[in-house]
Amino acid sequence: MARRAVIDAALAGLVAAALAFPMLGFRLVDSATGLSLATRFDLVLWAAGLVALGRLGLGLLRASTIGISLSLPALPNIRRPVGWVLAVAALALPLMPFADRNLMDKATLVLIYIMLGWGLNIVVGLAGLLDLGFVAFYAVGAYAYALLSQNFGLSFWVCLPLAGILAAGFGVALGFPVLRLRGDYLAIVTLGFGEIIRVILQNWQDVTGGPAGISGIERPSFFGLSFKASAPEGQQTFAEFFGLDYSTDHRVIFLYFLILILALLTNLFTLRIRRLPVGRAWEALREDEIACRSLGINPTLVKLSAFALGAMFAGFAGSFFATRQGFISPESFTFIESAVILAIVVLGGMGSQIGIVLAALLLVGLPEWFRDLAQYRMLAFGGAMVLIMLWKPSGLLSAREPTIRLGERA
Amino acid sequence: MEYFLQQLINGLTLGAIYGLIAIGYTMVYGIIGMINFAHGEIYMLGAFISLIAYLAATTIGGGSVAVALMVALLATMLLTALWGWTVERVAYRPLRKAPRLAPLISAIGVSIVLQNFSQLAQGARVKPLPPVVRGGFTLMQSEDFAVNLSWLQIFIVMLTAVLMAVFTWVITRTSLGRAQRATEQDMKMASLLGINVDRIVSITFVMGAALAAVAGLMVTLYYGVIDFYIGFLAGIKAFTAAVLGGIGSLPGAMLGGLLIGLIEAFWSGYFSIEYKDVATFGILVMVLLFRPTGLLGRPEVEKI
Amino acid sequence: MSPGATDVARPASEGPLLNVEHVSMRFGGLFAVNDLSFSAAPRQITAVIGPNGAGKTTLFNCITGFYKPQIGQITLHHPNGSMRLERLDDHAIAAKAGVARTFQNIRLFAKMSVLENLMVAQHTRLMRASVFSLAGLLGLARYRRAERDAVELARHWLERVGLTAQADEEAGSLPYGHQRRLEIARAMCTRPQLLCLDEPAAGLNPRESAELNGLLRSIRDDDGIGLLLIEHDMSVVMGISDHVVVLDYGRKIAEGPPVAIKADPAVIRAYLGEPDEAEVPSC
Repeated sequence: MARRAVIDAALAGLVAAALAFPMLGFRLVDSATGLSLATRFDLVLWAAGLVALGRLGLGLLRASTIGISLSLPALPNIRRPVGWVLAVAALALPLMPFADRNLMDKATLVLIYIMLGWGLNIVVGLAGLLDLGFVAFYAVGAYAYALLSQNFGLSFWVCLPLAGILAAGFGVALGFPVLRLRGDYLAIVTLGFGEIIRVILQNWQDVTGGPAGISGIERPSFFGLSFKASAPEGQQTFAEFFGLDYSTDHRVIFLYFLILILALLTNLFTLRIRRLPVGRAWEALREDEIACRSLGINPTLVKLSAFALGAMFAGFAGSFFATRQGFISPESFTFIESAVILAIVVLGGMGSQIGIVLAALLLVGLPEWFRDLAQYRMLAFGGAMVLIMLWKPSGLLSAREPTIRLGERA
Repeated sequence: MEYFLQQLINGLTLGAIYGLIAIGYTMVYGIIGMINFAHGEIYMLGAFISLIAYLAATTIGGGSVAVALMVALLATMLLTALWGWTVERVAYRPLRKAPRLAPLISAIGVSIVLQNFSQLAQGARVKPLPPVVRGGFTLMQSEDFAVNLSWLQIFIVMLTAVLMAVFTWVITRTSLGRAQRATEQDMKMASLLGINVDRIVSITFVMGAALAAVAGLMVTLYYGVIDFYIGFLAGIKAFTAAVLGGIGSLPGAMLGGLLIGLIEAFWSGYFSIEYKDVATFGILVMVLLFRPTGLLGRPEVEKI
Repeated sequence: MSPGATDVARPASEGPLLNVEHVSMRFGGLFAVNDLSFSAAPRQITAVIGPNGAGKTTLFNCITGFYKPQIGQITLHHPNGSMRLERLDDHAIAAKAGVARTFQNIRLFAKMSVLENLMVAQHTRLMRASVFSLAGLLGLARYRRAERDAVELARHWLERVGLTAQADEEAGSLPYGHQRRLEIARAMCTRPQLLCLDEPAAGLNPRESAELNGLLRSIRDDDGIGLLLIEHDMSVVMGISDHVVVLDYGRKIAEGPPVAIKADPAVIRAYLGEPDEAEVPSC
C-alpha cells in the first residue's frame, strides 16, 4: 500500500513539474528590446516537491485503516435553535467590546452576501433554475437607487421598494422569453444578460456615468435624522437628537442593523413562502417538471415568480450597497460576483438557509481577514471552492426539512 | 463593398479562433453534460505557454521564425493538454456522480485559481509581442480603402481547417472516436461494453485543451497582446458559440464560432465597438428562442 | 361521503367521458398512433392493451397534452362543459379538464415528503385560495382553511393507499410498490374526472397487484370517475376492466368487453404472433 502511495506521489510530482515548467519556470519580462524570458527553475522544483508531498500524505491517509471522517452534524432538529442563536448573536454583535469599526464593516459585507445568497437561493436552491447572471439584478437595484436619488431627490426609504420592484421587473422581462429553455441554456443566457447589463452600465455615459460610475450617492437617514457631522438648516443629526457625541461609528452601526434587518426579512419571507403552494411548486419543479405539468402546475408562471422574487431581493441588496458605499461603478458588478453568490448557495447546501450563512462566512468573511495577502487571497478562494465541493458535493448542510408534517413535529 | 470584404475576412479569422475554443466546450458537454467553465482559462494558459515557448524557441534555436513557430505550436499543445488533463483528473472526475451543480462550482473555482495563478506567476501587466508573421497581400484596392489579407490570417484559417478535418476524421472514422460517441450516448452502457469511460473522458479533455492551446497561440500572434484575463471573455464567447451551433455538435461549434466572429466584426465595423458583446448575446437569445437546441443541435423529443 | 368523492352531480343520461376521434401521431415517418378512435365511459375502467411499441404511451401523452396529435380530436365531457384536449396545454388539461395521470417510470418529487407530494397536487386550488400567495404570506384565515382542507384530502388518500404511517418520509425512499400507490394518490388529489394510469401494475408482486385492483375498483365505484388504464398483463386487465381497447402498431385491432377480447383471433395473433408456416399445414 505504502509503495503504491510513493509511486503515485512521484507521478504527481512529475506532472506538477511539467505543468509548472512553462508557467513558473519562465517569467516574461519587459526589457529594452521587447519581451524576453527570465528563468527560475527552482520554483518548478518547489512546486513538484510540494505536490508530491501532498499526494504522498493523501495516499498514506487513504491507505491507513483509521479513516478520518470530517462531517458536519446532520441533525435537522437543532437547526431551528441554531438559527435563533445566530440571529441573536448578529443582533448583539455591535454591543460586544471587540466590535470595532473594522469588524462591523466586515460583518456588513458578509451580511450583504448572505442576503444575496438567500435571494439567489429562491431561484437556484428552491426552484432549481441555474442563474449565472444574478449580479445584474444587484446592479439594477444599486443604479436604481443612485439614479432616483440623484435625479429626483428621492430618499433611500422611497427608493428601496422601487429598486426592488424595478429589479423584479427586469427579472420578469428577462425570464419571460428564456425560462422555457433547459437548465444549461438558461445558465448561459442569464450569464449573457449579466454581461449585457454591465456593458450598458459601462457605455451609457450620459445616464450611468460610464466606467467612472456614480459618486456622492445620498447616505441613508434614521427617520430623517442624518448621520453627518452637521445637519442642514432646520434639521437635526442623529447625534444631536439623541444627545450623543458625534461619531462616524453611528452610521456604520446603523448600516449594519439595516442590512441585518433586510437580510432577516429575506430569510423570514423565504421560510414562509416555502410552506405556501408556490414555494412547494418551486421545489416540485426542481424535482420533476413533467410531473408538475401533469398536476396542473404552469411551469412558466412558477419559474417566473421565483425569478422575479429572487431579483427583487437582489434589488434591495443593491440599493443598500449603493447607499453604504456612496459610490458605485460597473466594476462592482462583474461575473465573479455572480459566481461568488452562486458558490455560496451551492456550498451552503442547495436550499438550506443556515448553510448559506456558513458558506458566506467561509467564502466572504474569512478571506476578508487576509486582505494583506491580496494576491493569494483569490487563489485560496478558488481553491477553497474546489476543495469544499470535492469534500461535500451536495453542500455543507444538505438535509431537507419537510414544509408540512402529518405527524407530530419530531 | 471593400469595407464589407475586410470585415468578412477579420470576422472569419476571429471566428476560427472562437470555433477552436468552442469545440472543447461542446465535446465536454456532449460527453459528461457539464459546462467546463475553466476551459476559457485553459485557452488563456495556452496563450501564455505559446508565448513562452515561442520566445524560448527563438532564443535557443536562433533565427528561423517558421521552426520556432512549429516548436511553439507542438510544445503548447502538449503542455496545455496536460493542464486540461490535470484539471479533469483533480477537480471533475471525483464529482462525476455528484449533484449537477457540484462540478460547475468546482469548475468556477478552477477558473478562479488558474486566473490568479497566471497573474501571480507572470504578472498582471499585458504582455506585448511584436508582430512575428508580417505581410500579406492586398486583395482589392479602391481610392481610399484597401482590403488586406495577411499571411497570418491565411495561416489561422488554414490551420483551423486542417485541425477540423483531422478532428472530424478522428471522431467519425477511428475506434477512439467510436468509443467517444458511444460514451456520449450512454456512459453506463459504454462501460458495460468494455469501454474505459474514464480514459475516454480524459482524452476528450486533452483534445479540447489542445485545440484551445492552438487558439491561444493564434491569438498571441494575431493580436500581439495577452494578459491573464483574456480567458474569461473568450470563454463565454466560445461557450455562446457552442450553444448557438447546438451544444454537442462539432460542426455546430465551428459554425457558431464563425457566426460569433462575424457578428462581432460586422457590429464593430458598422455600429459600435462598445456594444459588440451585447449584439452577440442578443443574437444568442434570439436563436435559442426560435431553435432551443441551437442551429445544428438535434431537437430533443421529451421522453415521458 | 368521503372528501375525495366528486361532488358534482352527473347528468342523468351518461354519455362517454372521453372521446378519441381519428387521432394520429407520427414521429418521423413512423405512425405511433394511427387513425385511432374510441371512447371511455365515466364510472368505468377502460383498459388499453397491446404489445410493446403498440402506441399505448403515445396515446396517453396525446390525451394528457404532452404530445400534440397531428390529426384528430380528443374531447373530454366535463361537468363544466366539453373541452377539446388537443387544444389545451398539458398543465391546463390537468387543471381545467380534470385529467390526471401516472407515469410508466414513476415520477414522484423524490426529495419531498409523501405528504408534500400530495400537497403539490392541490396546487391550483391552494393557489386560488392563497390569492397567489398573498393571503398565505399574511396568514389569513381564508388560506389556513384551504390548507386544512388540503391536508384532510391528502390524509384521506393516504389512508386509501395505506401510506398514512409514511406521510412524513421522503417519497424517494419508499419501496417501489409504495411509490406506485403514492403516485396514484397524488393524481387523485387533483380531484380528476379521468384518471390515466400508465402500467400501474408493472413491477408489483402478486399480492400488491391484487391490492392495486381493489384500489382501482374502489376509485371507480366510490369516487365515480372514469379510469383509463394501460396494461401489458392480460390477466390484470381481465380482472378489473369493463371495457378493453387493443392496439397493435398504432391501430385499434379490437374493442369490447374483456370476455370477448380474450377470444378475439386478431388479439391472439397480435400477442402470440402469426403461426409459422412450418407449423401450419399448407393447403
